[in-house]
Amino acid sequence: MGGYARYVWPCFGLATVIFAWNLWSARRYLAAARLRAARALIMAAGGES
Amino acid sequence: MSAGTQGGGAGSRGRPVGVWEACALIVRRELCLSFRRPDQLLQPLVFFLIVTTLFPLGLSLQLSLLRDMAPGVLWVAALLSSLLSLDSLFKSDADDGTLEQLALSGQGLMVIVVAKTLAHWLVTGAALVLVSPLVGMALGIPTGAFAIMMVSLGLGTVTLSWLGAIGAGLTVGLKRGNVLLSLIVLPLAMPLLIFGAGATDRAISGASVAGALYFLAALCVFTCTLAPFAATVALRINLE
Amino acid sequence: MWTWFYKLASPPHVYGVAAAFTPWFLGLAAIALGYGVVDGLAFAPADYQQGDAFRIIYVHVPSAWMSEFVYTTMAIAGAIALIWRIKLGHAVAAACAPIGASFTVLALVTGSLWGRPMWGTYWAWDPRLTSELILLFLYVGVMSLRSAFEDAARGDRAAALLSIVGVVNVPIIHFSVVWWNSLHQGATVAKFGKPSMDLSMLWPLLSMFLGFMLFFGAVLCMRLQAEVLNRERQAKWVREAMHS
Repeated sequence: MGGYARYVWPCFGLATVIFAWNLWSARRYLAAARLRAARALIMAAGGES
Repeated sequence: MSAGTQGGGAGSRGRPVGVWEACALIVRRELCLSFRRPDQLLQPLVFFLIVTTLFPLGLSLQLSLLRDMAPGVLWVAALLSSLLSLDSLFKSDADDGTLEQLALSGQGLMVIVVAKTLAHWLVTGAALVLVSPLVGMALGIPTGAFAIMMVSLGLGTVTLSWLGAIGAGLTVGLKRGNVLLSLIVLPLAMPLLIFGAGATDRAISGASVAGALYFLAALCVFTCTLAPFAATVALRINLE
Repeated sequence: MWTWFYKLASPPHVYGVAAAFTPWFLGLAAIALGYGVVDGLAFAPADYQQGDAFRIIYVHVPSAWMSEFVYTTMAIAGAIALIWRIKLGHAVAAACAPIGASFTVLALVTGSLWGRPMWGTYWAWDPRLTSELILLFLYVGVMSLRSAFEDAARGDRAAALLSIVGVVNVPIIHFSVVWWNSLHQGATVAKFGKPSMDLSMLWPLLSMFLGFMLFFGAVLCMRLQAEVLNRERQAKWVREAMHS
């Protein structure tokens, strides 16, 4: 990298980290939301019967 | 009480109250309430003086060197002390239901917001401007720059009162909204800080202040035009 | 003919669309980003003045652009929700915020790492850097404000208003290099006329732009699904969606 390696690689590395975090965080958030929704459905169904 | 009528609501004697009269009444009420508690009135001012003292103490610079930092220190202190009193802009009236009554009075929420913000500026910003020569001397600002300093602070504190009104409107219902209020208002106030300190800095060094002052004035006008709407909507979000 | 447009205001429809689009967005993003990174790092010629350090552009510029784009999207979604009372707007805005904040952090850090070899400093208080930093503070403010309210609907509306107030900052970021004597480089790609960059360097950059945008689309779809679920938990359509 013509001597600039210690600037270029951390940049791409951080980009990878940020992308990975976005995916992981979104997946976790969606899973939690689905769990809460399923639980709310069960509670509603349990309340009716 | 004729809620929802166009233009004016009924006064206590049944005659309609115009917008300007309502505004003046509310400003007077706010000022009366503020002066009833003079210690609360003085707190932001004292804070202003104390914060500006912190910098020279912390840096232990000579007055001639302090002059370089003076505009920034002055403005940061003004910013922080304005923030202190913003929390109470709508809170006490919102808490005891007065704000809702005022909103229902038929004058429209915006008149109330404008009047309260004006009163807030008179009590906080205007006071800061008047006290600023004292602080200026303490920081080594040459007396020749005082006029520009006060004009820029005047424009800046008006803008700040309006930015603060938006923040106060947004956080009025929150229990510990004070820190959040600062978190919201300070980023919005950063351009103001840059130009305000810049204008004072130019005045000290003798360069032309016209550009910076025009920009400050433009920021002020822009904010005064749009902020009332934003602050009113913010309050309405929290009141309904 | 316009039913597809009206359906965009329907939470179950948008939930389904988001779920369907996510894998496509992700796949296409991977291709665009893959090409952009490989070409940008290995095959694009080194810059005449900056040498290999210029390759940071392939991460820095798209992330800076995305930070502004996502904020604007968030503000527009909030405005749509406030003005026309379309609750889905709040869901979109809430989904955008953390993604945009992460892009802003990426832009600031990569910019800082690029600044060190180029300008000799990790940071400068110049208009573009400062306004980008303010953008980060605005993102944090919007997210904090939304989560401070017990009543989620009220929090959504307050956050929407704040994001609209803060959108003034976005044109400042963009035009700061034009309006002021800035240390930061002027517009190279996003301007009218021929871009002032060699094509062999431009293609991977455009691919990275596309990749970032597609990636944002994918993550937005995922977060949007979650936001819709959180706001519509009691609705009947959720039952079908959960069983699918």
